[in-house]
Amino acid sequence: MQVLESGQGEMIQPPDLDAFREWNRTQKTRQLVDKLMSEQEAISRFVYDGCYIGTELYGTVRCPMSLARELVRQGKKDLRVCGQGVLELDLWMAAGLVKKLDITYIGLEVYGTSYALRRAVESGQITTCVEWSNASITWRMKATAMGVPFLPTRSMLGTDTLKYSAAKVVEDPFTGIKVCLLPALILDVALIHVHRSDCYGNAQIEGISGFGIEMARAAKRVILSAEEIISTDEIRKYPDRTAIPYYLVDAVVHAPFGSHPGEMAYVHGRDEPLIKDWVESSKTAEGAQAYLEKYVYGVKDHQEYLALIGQERLDQLVEEREKREI
Amino acid sequence: MNDGAYTKTELMICVAARLFEDGTTAFVGTGIPMLAAMLAMKTHAPNLVPVFEFGGTGAILEYLPRAVGEARTFHKALVASGICDTMETAQRGFIDYGFLGGAQIDPYGNLNSTTIGDHDHPKARLPGSGGGNDVGSLCWKTVAIMQHDQRRFVPKVDFLTTPGFLSGPGSRDTAGLPRGGAPVYVVSTLALMDYDSGPGGTCRMRLKSTHPGMSVADVVANTGFELILPAQVEENPAPSAEELRLLRQEIDPDRFYI
Repeated sequence: MQVLESGQGEMIQPPDLDAFREWNRTQKTRQLVDKLMSEQEAISRFVYDGCYIGTELYGTVRCPMSLARELVRQGKKDLRVCGQGVLELDLWMAAGLVKKLDITYIGLEVYGTSYALRRAVESGQITTCVEWSNASITWRMKATAMGVPFLPTRSMLGTDTLKYSAAKVVEDPFTGIKVCLLPALILDVALIHVHRSDCYGNAQIEGISGFGIEMARAAKRVILSAEEIISTDEIRKYPDRTAIPYYLVDAVVHAPFGSHPGEMAYVHGRDEPLIKDWVESSKTAEGAQAYLEKYVYGVKDHQEYLALIGQERLDQLVEEREKREI
Repeated sequence: MNDGAYTKTELMICVAARLFEDGTTAFVGTGIPMLAAMLAMKTHAPNLVPVFEFGGTGAILEYLPRAVGEARTFHKALVASGICDTMETAQRGFIDYGFLGGAQIDPYGNLNSTTIGDHDHPKARLPGSGGGNDVGSLCWKTVAIMQHDQRRFVPKVDFLTTPGFLSGPGSRDTAGLPRGGAPVYVVSTLALMDYDSGPGGTCRMRLKSTHPGMSVADVVANTGFELILPAQVEENPAPSAEELRLLRQEIDPDRFYI
């Protein structure tokens, strides 16, 4: 198959599918092992300087914010980060922990461009930005989930997004049409927040699944945080609800309001004033630092963070949740 | 605000809302497209099927979403799946419209939301493609919604994030993009534009109708490239009292956007 065009972006994490198979053979237990631990232990055991890491879903929606804050507290640095982000990646960039990005979208959604991203990229602190679209980065995870080295797709063709990616264009040997080949993406670590999990990591997600199903299957290590820890009997009663099975998961962290200040569908709404606080604070490096001092470094763990937010506010967010009513 | 008075944003939302076709599927992005989709569903397009890229399809939009994955995007929806499902549905040819924004647009409807200046040493690092490139590649028709000035309507985008007609007639096909997809409209703060994309056309942007109070000269002066000017340029109807009531009282009562 002749390569017609090659994206000039760096392959930040070259995929090795046989090594990934070997990893899954030797490093992932088949047994039901209790993986319950704290944010501190999970981040300290599985996240390391220079690792290739991703988060799901994103900043204001079912996002592993308690894990993201703990990562900042532990100062894991030189991170190579994949995907889209809002508040979670903003915190990492503001703390100076990110070196390379496989970027699809990093911004503040309705509030516009991310100031933390602008400072980190424009100053050269982030050395490399490789461009992808939201679908293409997820299809890269899907390739890994399928155990194949690439997937052909019909997006990105003809654009600078492709030119600054690490994708390739070929002529399909079956139909003769041009297709964009997306290389498999294998994460060292994935952080995912879910509604419920048992202590082994059998996890249920309510509402949209975003790209959690694909990301969990494209990572060597998965750290799950969950609003609620449920019994394995509950999992066995509704096996059709298991979106992420235990054998993918390395750590299970009980984190109620783990997505705060973002929302959790059917559990609690988003904390608009706190989201706006970051938008305003992050306009300057000093402001961002002050925010980190107050909400990240200034508290020792997620429990202290929730105490800082206050029960009254949390109760109000529960009241504002999306409800299953017609 | 006096009766009959409205803001530029309200006008832009109303003009964009009128472009949604009843009974079609449409990808709806964050911001103005969400308000426009809600307004369309409350007026002429009650059977519109809104699709949000992270998995919400067929929601009843009672509360204005502030993010494309927010629970409001699958409020009383028919489907809550994931991004692979929605994007693969677009790749199969089932999504009729996509509504997009960007920092820059060129005469061929290509959009930039990645960088201003050189990619590796940018003057401004913008969010990136997000789902934009996929929407521009995989939907049948795309509509761009833009602030209208010379910095945004440029002869050549600094970075071609999302495909319009690329470099002109035939170039989407040459690049390998799915056959038949194309940009169809640009709604700006000044006017509505379409493209000279009929048989033998140039695929360049063409003024279609100006907003009330805006002259053709205003539009030309704020466009950084030569816009095709047809012999007849209509004026877009001003927002009706009912459109404004819906926007202010039902769609965005907290005035989050408007």
